[in-house]
Amino acid sequence: MGRMISPGKAEAEAIVSEEPIGFYGGVDIETGVVIEKGHPLEGECVTGKVLIFPRGKGSTVGSYVIYGLEKNDVGPAAIVNEETETIVATGAILAGIPCIDQIDISQFKSGDMLKLDADKGRVEKID
Amino acid sequence: MYLSKEEEAILEGEKGTVKEKMMRLLTRLGDIYGADKMIPVGSVQVSGVSYKSVGDPGMAFLEDMASKGAEVSVLTFLNPAGMDLEDWKEIGFPEDFAENQLRIMNAFKEMGIVVTSTCTPYLAGNLPRFREHIAWSESSAVSFANSVISARTNREGGPSALAAAILGKTPNYGLHLDENRKPDVLVDVSCDIRSDADFGALGWHIGKLVESDIPYFKGLPEWSTTDDLKSLGAAMAASGAVALYHAENLTPEAHLQDVSDLEKITVDEEDIKDTYAALNTGDEPDIVIFGCPHASLRDIKKVADQVKGKSLKKPMWVCTSRMMKEAADRMGYTDIIEEAGGRIVADTCMVVSPIESMGYGITGCSSGKAAQYLPGFCKQSVVFDSVDSLIEEVL
Repeated sequence: MGRMISPGKAEAEAIVSEEPIGFYGGVDIETGVVIEKGHPLEGECVTGKVLIFPRGKGSTVGSYVIYGLEKNDVGPAAIVNEETETIVATGAILAGIPCIDQIDISQFKSGDMLKLDADKGRVEKID
Repeated sequence: MYLSKEEEAILEGEKGTVKEKMMRLLTRLGDIYGADKMIPVGSVQVSGVSYKSVGDPGMAFLEDMASKGAEVSVLTFLNPAGMDLEDWKEIGFPEDFAENQLRIMNAFKEMGIVVTSTCTPYLAGNLPRFREHIAWSESSAVSFANSVISARTNREGGPSALAAAILGKTPNYGLHLDENRKPDVLVDVSCDIRSDADFGALGWHIGKLVESDIPYFKGLPEWSTTDDLKSLGAAMAASGAVALYHAENLTPEAHLQDVSDLEKITVDEEDIKDTYAALNTGDEPDIVIFGCPHASLRDIKKVADQVKGKSLKKPMWVCTSRMMKEAADRMGYTDIIEEAGGRIVADTCMVVSPIESMGYGITGCSSGKAAQYLPGFCKQSVVFDSVDSLIEEVL
């Protein structure tokens, strides 16, 4: 059981990063593609997926980028963190993207099909 | 976190989606930081104003909020914009940049936010009282309000400050609580602090060392002005994340503190010299910019006195709030500075304006905060020195 940061439900494929994500300058707001040089997810698209990473990093403008991704219909379906700090929390709440934290993210890998209920703080694999 | 019936109702969406989202944001941040309840705030200061900082995503968000009828419920001021909002064309700010900046300002105005863009709201008409709870986000203003005025605010982000402005409330944690305002480290200033730049250098040095801890200063000059204290605090908030400091005989909460068991840092002449060396990355400035944080009337007069009847070889800006500029106009300081070839630039500053795309590569400044941010945000090399010396250099 995790903690609800922003409410909502999602069923989608996972995309997992072991590294933190800084959205400002790190994810392209028009396409949802990770553009940070050398990032493990560089070149991959977060659109429509359950985006799983330990925590946010970098500029506070990142909150607006998360919001902008959703506005441009290229946002993730949901966000799962170990610890959601204020940049990601702010962005997810403003954007209305379901988000939970206090989850052991090592149990998931990219490509897993996941079902998430943020209100209950729950995320699990679908067989 | 305890919520009143009214706060619960807002969270349930009974007061519309804007307030619901804002309440969700504040209660969630309150949970993350262990707040027990929401408390009313007397005023708000919102950061994330320059188009250069927030870009298209920020602009889209602010316009969306305004179009949904978001409205602030307490006195709310803004951080500097990316340009002088009146004389931008004349000074040479790019047209497309200006267009976006003006759209952002309109969105703020529609929400009822006072569109005077300054990092020194306390000099421009937003002055909190001793122990008043406020929600400010400009880091140097946070430091000034907490330390020099002894009002109470955390370092808010742009959206959380906006949420506090709309709801008139903030979660009760961090520096709103007495127990979190005690000093962590004693700073013994054993050398002479002589100039504005010395305060900036001292602040930069200590911010690096203490990060987000609360320093208690001993040995600052008795003649320190509020301008000096604003420079000191601004530099510490930029090189570190210091949101509150105490200074013996200078700040209101200092005498309440017990410093007997604190770890001690001694600052000597050598430390200040090393800091100057670290901050100086350029040789000859292309432009000299003062007013980080925004210049007070006293700061402006000092520059006017020094350039009076002389001629500058390089462009010089003095950045300030619109209010101080009006007073400077009236006193003739603006004319004196312009006749020497300089400018008073209002509503913006060197850090949030696009100076790198205006043909400048080396900036002279006397601010520890500006010296910290100019290389990264504006791709500038820096000549760091006192106002007096920098003006001498370009006369």
